Amino acid sequence: MTTVFTGETLTLAHVGSTLEVTLHRSVPGAACNEIGEQSLVELERVAAYLREGAGGARALLFSSSVPRGFCAGADLRALYYGLVAKRDAGDSPEVAVRAFIDRIHAVFDTFDAVPITTIAAVHGVVFGGGFELALTCDVIVADKTARFCFPELRLGLVPGFGGIPRLARDVGNGVVRDLLFTGRSLNAQRAHALGLVSQLVAQGEAPFVARKVAEQAARFDPETSAAAKAFAKPLPTEWLAREKDTFCRLFTSPVVEAALRKFVTSTDARPYLP
Amino acid sequence: MTQTQTSELETRLLTLAAHRFGKSVASLQPSDDVFEKLGIDSMQAMELLTEIEGAFGVEIPDYELQGVTTFAGIAALVRRRLG
Repeated sequence: MTTVFTGETLTLAHVGSTLEVTLHRSVPGAACNEIGEQSLVELERVAAYLREGAGGARALLFSSSVPRGFCAGADLRALYYGLVAKRDAGDSPEVAVRAFIDRIHAVFDTFDAVPITTIAAVHGVVFGGGFELALTCDVIVADKTARFCFPELRLGLVPGFGGIPRLARDVGNGVVRDLLFTGRSLNAQRAHALGLVSQLVAQGEAPFVARKVAEQAARFDPETSAAAKAFAKPLPTEWLAREKDTFCRLFTSPVVEAALRKFVTSTDARPYLP
Repeated sequence: MTQTQTSELETRLLTLAAHRFGKSVASLQPSDDVFEKLGIDSMQAMELLTEIEGAFGVEIPDYELQGVTTFAGIAALVRRRLG
């Protein structure tokens, strides 16, 4: 293994012909790799490395070393306190959130379209932005503990990291509407049955199986693999742009601030959950 | 008959929860508050939900769990899905 960099939230390393991103955000208050400013900075470093040729890697693998799961999505505490700070300073929250969303879309679009095979090895919590990160990948390998969820409507928002266009690209729109409009979570077995998860494996085995996927993909001619990916997995560009607009417009609603405040300030084991 | 089936289902549920969170089965009762008795948070509740769905071969939407506090309440949701 050759480490490219170890950040506060993730490690990027070459393992054989595969480039591995291991999420490991473990700051107080962040239970499962929540994506905040520092995570985004480090994901941007990964994206830049990919744009520069990925160090010759033939596959990219995302996983998490946090026991609770892959990623619980956006850092809602940071989002809430950022929103309040902007408002109190007389700045436009919409401008700030637009800048954040533009940056994360640039990163996720890079992950989505990078001309090597990408695999998400997931377990436990795969919620919101974490689900959206997994959806950028070509193949999702899930262990039986994984749960997928878009909880954003509970906060007065829509998913903002490209999740809906990407999920709709992979499964029927009926599934998208069910998950989006109810905010319910989906277990790995069901996600596998729907075709969202390519391979369902025993608890703790997703990274191992994902490495086998990466090794197999690396056996093929790289230009052929890149050409196959380019036509089999086009970016839903127009839909992604509309998603950004909808998210940023909704973000300024008082409903969002109230919902975020309720979530952030709750000390109940059963948190606010409409 | 219905009571017997319910008891069996509840027993399976209590056993599953006890094993998952390191409790003795005898310490759990159907009327117990799930969060308080197991000492779990919302993420661990998700883990329990996944185990229940896997063990009983059902799918329980999270929103049906709102307001359900006891093992007996969860057992009722499972029973409804089992048909």
